[in-house]
Amino acid sequence: MNITQILFWFLSALTIFSALMVVVSKNPVYSVLWLIFTFFCISGHYIMLNAQFLFIVNIIVYAGAIMVLFLFVIMLMNLNKSSEPQKNRWLRMAGVLAGGCLLLVFVAALKNIDIKKQVAETNTGDIGLIQNLGKALFNEYVVPFEVSSILFLSAMVGAVVIGKKE
Amino acid sequence: MPINYYIFLSIALFVIGIVGVLTRRNAIIIFMCIELMLNAVNLLLVAFSKMHHLAKAATDVSAGIDGQIFVFFIMVVAAAEVSVGLAIIVMMYRNIHSVDVNFLNRLKH
Repeated sequence: MNITQILFWFLSALTIFSALMVVVSKNPVYSVLWLIFTFFCISGHYIMLNAQFLFIVNIIVYAGAIMVLFLFVIMLMNLNKSSEPQKNRWLRMAGVLAGGCLLLVFVAALKNIDIKKQVAETNTGDIGLIQNLGKALFNEYVVPFEVSSILFLSAMVGAVVIGKKE
Repeated sequence: MPINYYIFLSIALFVIGIVGVLTRRNAIIIFMCIELMLNAVNLLLVAFSKMHHLAKAATDVSAGIDGQIFVFFIMVVAAAEVSVGLAIIVMMYRNIHSVDVNFLNRLKH
């Protein structure tokens, strides 16, 4: 077992554990904090795959901006008490059972696929560097890039219109 | 790392997100579980992009770069989605003083 494998298993266990804690935490603030931790673990996977641009964007956009927005809304609503209403036991068990069935179907379907022998290269390869991604983004994908700016504008207008008091 | 480890890791994260959506009643936590599912897909896209790059690196230098561009656009869409969704949740809290999704059953009647 070399250092990459040890790091992969460690990060994977940490990711799954913190994702589970997001779901089982009673207090929404703890949920948000565990989700931030999950995003940092996923960023660790990105840096292991040498996707450095996505690593930094994931930290800045997800762990920085989006989760602060979540935390801000939770603090604003004063929801950080643990008296949250729960679904009843049978409904929760049915949800877990449905998720378990989906997991079973996925694993059974993908257990013996052809690409099993293929390897995702770690630590090497330079397609994740900002230079190459920027070239692709501003040559082949320049129209979607500009369209996404219109999407942002409409999202901003929508958030302001929905959020204002009438 | 072999690609199937990444596949199973992403499946586990995706299923945890689905279980969260099905079992919780707080609208904000449901929203957070949707973010978790988006991130599972992002991780798998990056892993597949690196797999494709390794397989085609000899003939095409930028093979597999599309996957990472897609992840970038998914993050863009997620940011827009979160801003609008949280505005909707704040408005819902202002009107019914709760973020419990079980109160939102007026369409049923």
